[in-house]
Amino acid sequence: MRGTDIRTPVPTIYGDFAQKHAERWRLQVEILQKKFGAAIEEVRWPGTTPTDVPIIYVAKESIIEVLRELKEGAEFQYDFLADLTATDEEIEPRFEVVYNLASLGTSARIRVKARVRDGEDLPTATVLWTGANWAEREVWDMFGVKFRGHPDLRRILMDERWQGHPLRKDYPLRGYQLFPDTQPIHTELLKD
Amino acid sequence: MSKDGSSSFLTTRLDAIVDWGRKNALWPLPFGTSCCGIEMMATFAADYDIGRFGAEALRFSPRQADLLIVAGIVNTKMAPVLKNIYDQMADPKWVISMGACASSGGIFNVYSVTQGIDTIIPVDVYVPGCPPAPEGVLHGLLRLQELIQKGETHHHRQERARRAAGKEA
Repeated sequence: MRGTDIRTPVPTIYGDFAQKHAERWRLQVEILQKKFGAAIEEVRWPGTTPTDVPIIYVAKESIIEVLRELKEGAEFQYDFLADLTATDEEIEPRFEVVYNLASLGTSARIRVKARVRDGEDLPTATVLWTGANWAEREVWDMFGVKFRGHPDLRRILMDERWQGHPLRKDYPLRGYQLFPDTQPIHTELLKD
Repeated sequence: MSKDGSSSFLTTRLDAIVDWGRKNALWPLPFGTSCCGIEMMATFAADYDIGRFGAEALRFSPRQADLLIVAGIVNTKMAPVLKNIYDQMADPKWVISMGACASSGGIFNVYSVTQGIDTIIPVDVYVPGCPPAPEGVLHGLLRLQELIQKGETHHHRQERARRAAGKEA
């Protein structure tokens, strides 16, 4: 029986993830820190913080370069964007945009985060993964974080006439907005 | 028929016959959005057999249905869809709000869920429950039949208002 400390990594169905990939992650973070220097703001390791994979905090200006290295670099090969989401931390910088990466070759996973202030924008990750398109639209819809260069940054879950961003901590839980009329159809989107 | 040519006596009696016919041949449009939809299917199926009450002709086109059974949660994004379907149904039309979510939002007291479909469309019968048992839905249907025969549904009130306005004009 393992300890009850929440920071203790728990074995998954794939085995003890943290132990299995510890050496790989250590080397990879070393390479990243050597290559990007101050752009790697902080690294949180499993075992010292309650997390199952290392979290790499990256300065938002360099996020795409770091993600590209993680995707295409020979030592990394995190070729799959498992998820892209955000959190509202209520302290400045307010938002953390989270990139969960997975490697289909080595089955390792890693987490990259970028801190964004309210009103600031991030470069889009659609240049690396086409699948980031809808995820970024969801982050914009729910948190109001804009993505620079996104091909079609519209709301994806809420009505287009919606005011505010519902997953922000200061959005009222019962902030109902009702739009019984059909929302305007964008005929330009129906064209090929 | 009275001397001025108005046919008030005859139409009232005709209304009663027409209502009797309508109440025994309701064609439901099943608008099932969550678990209430499963109970609704059970109501339609052999064990509970809504056909005993003449409502077995399910129509999945609003043009062919006259009873809208809203079974389940209607979230904010779904609201215009429901409104659209209701508007597309030909008169006379009736609405059963089935379950807590459709009637009041239920446990989902959050920004993304309509707090009852009566904020969007008029409702004739509310069936409480989470989800209601098929017996509850049948009870709701029988109650609706009662209301149709008495002429106390939203459709009838609207019709009476329309006629009264026509008489004045």
